[in-house]
Amino acid sequence: MFDDLRDLYQEVILDHGRKPRNFRRLEDADRSARGDNPMCGDRLELFLKLAPDGRIADAAFQGRGCAISTASASLLTETVKGKTAAEAHALSDSFRELAMTGTCPHCQAALEEEMERLQPLSGVHEFPSRVKCATLAWHTLNAALDGAKEASSE
Amino acid sequence: MSFDVERVRRDFPILSQKIRGKDLVFLDSGASAQKPRAVIDAMVRCMEERYANVHRGAYFLSEAATEAYEAARLATARFLNAPDPRGIVFAKNSTEAINLVAHSWGRHMLRPGQAVLFSELEHHANIVPWHLLKEDKGVELRVVRVTDSGEIDLEDLAAKLEDGKVGLVAIAHMSNVLGTVAPAERIARMAHAAGAKVLFDGSQAAVHRRVDLQALDADFYVFTGHKLYGPTGIGVLAAKLEHLERMPPFLGGGDMISSVTLERSEWAPPPAKFEAGTPPIVEAVGLHAAIDYVTAIGMEAIEAHERHLVDRAMRRLTDIEGVTLLGRAQDRGGVFAMATDYAHAHDLATLLDRAGIAVRAGRHCAEPLHTRFGVEGGTVRASFGLYTTEAEVDYLAEALTKAREFFA
Repeated sequence: MFDDLRDLYQEVILDHGRKPRNFRRLEDADRSARGDNPMCGDRLELFLKLAPDGRIADAAFQGRGCAISTASASLLTETVKGKTAAEAHALSDSFRELAMTGTCPHCQAALEEEMERLQPLSGVHEFPSRVKCATLAWHTLNAALDGAKEASSE
Repeated sequence: MSFDVERVRRDFPILSQKIRGKDLVFLDSGASAQKPRAVIDAMVRCMEERYANVHRGAYFLSEAATEAYEAARLATARFLNAPDPRGIVFAKNSTEAINLVAHSWGRHMLRPGQAVLFSELEHHANIVPWHLLKEDKGVELRVVRVTDSGEIDLEDLAAKLEDGKVGLVAIAHMSNVLGTVAPAERIARMAHAAGAKVLFDGSQAAVHRRVDLQALDADFYVFTGHKLYGPTGIGVLAAKLEHLERMPPFLGGGDMISSVTLERSEWAPPPAKFEAGTPPIVEAVGLHAAIDYVTAIGMEAIEAHERHLVDRAMRRLTDIEGVTLLGRAQDRGGVFAMATDYAHAHDLATLLDRAGIAVRAGRHCAEPLHTRFGVEGGTVRASFGLYTTEAEVDYLAEALTKAREFFA
């Protein structure tokens, strides 16, 4: 009945949705922001710990959401570690293009490895009502990097 | 079964289409219902043969349009067994109708120190206008609890009415999430005995059962056309004429005045006082056709059909491991919400969509109710129409079972 949905719900997504990585509060976070999707009730808080050189030393999140938004946030925390703010912004832009269009022809070659890890989420572009589930964490990342407290994917 | 559902389905052109190669199983009528051919044709005929602006033109088409528009009012009054058709005001939807009451009645008839009382299960349309009124007028807001079975807690209602300070009781006649039908006549009696007026949000109830405003003795009753198999853009406020006569207008403009000078205006009598500007003429014609359509089938037959389907759904879904149904009200209509332990509501809705099943996921404009039941992340809601079949209910149960395997 649902076989063609395996493109959207790949094993990686289901796995990260069930067992999100870095699912915790960072008590000593340098940056944090809340992401809210009031239409569907998804809500998360993202924490970033910065190294002295400004790179992201640690990333974690807490919250509630669907498998797509939880998996996206989980993969985010894994892929932004070690990035500068500029690199994280670039990754966020690239991911959002991937989620909306399914591809990212202009993505920086330097981010190729990270984009490869995020590729399982590209199937969401065929589901317009679900794109915002995948992008919520990334909007929240931008807000945290920019010093804003709130982000919304509405 | 009191009527032939397959024959009814043939009246709805949209139901014959395939969604991604699968039969459409439309279980989101509670958000907005599909339209029968009779409604579509009536609106097209109005625009092709009888269209002009109402109330002003002394020529054939305008007189014909005016007659059709006012005939819709008479049909609405009959549909609700309203005491007087002058108490029927056409608005944009239920939301606007409730805002009209909050603005024109609430701001002018409630006194400081009085309270508005609503329940935990209300749609946001019957919460937010009262928040606005509170900010503007300083009235107190009281919230009646909902029991674990999903019913209005009448003991709590009695306690909150006891001091006589409640000026208005505003309650959903039927919950848009749980399907619970409120004991409206009893609530109206309790409200009136405590000196309060009563408003029922009939957006769901008017679709699923017969409403008798004279038996209810409701001061205000609202519903919307698009959930009753009619068009969007038209809703109804049915009010006691004595209230409409005392209330100032909601919106100002043409058609709602008896005379205007540059300095001041005098209001037309109700219902025109509350229908500023060109009204939803074609939509009124469509609503009239929708009322005629459901009336011909019979509201009792529709209620019995949907009751049968809900009972079947409750039985089938209770057997599925990991599915929790919200509320177990005794008196309920064709709407229910569920949470599962295997998938978030949005993931589940995406899966069901692939099976051709249209359901709603989220909090259904009733966030406080979801908080009350501890399902802040949302639920999946299925809502039935008169065209819903037993086979569709069984297919939903089958899909929910397979969805569990998918996420396992």
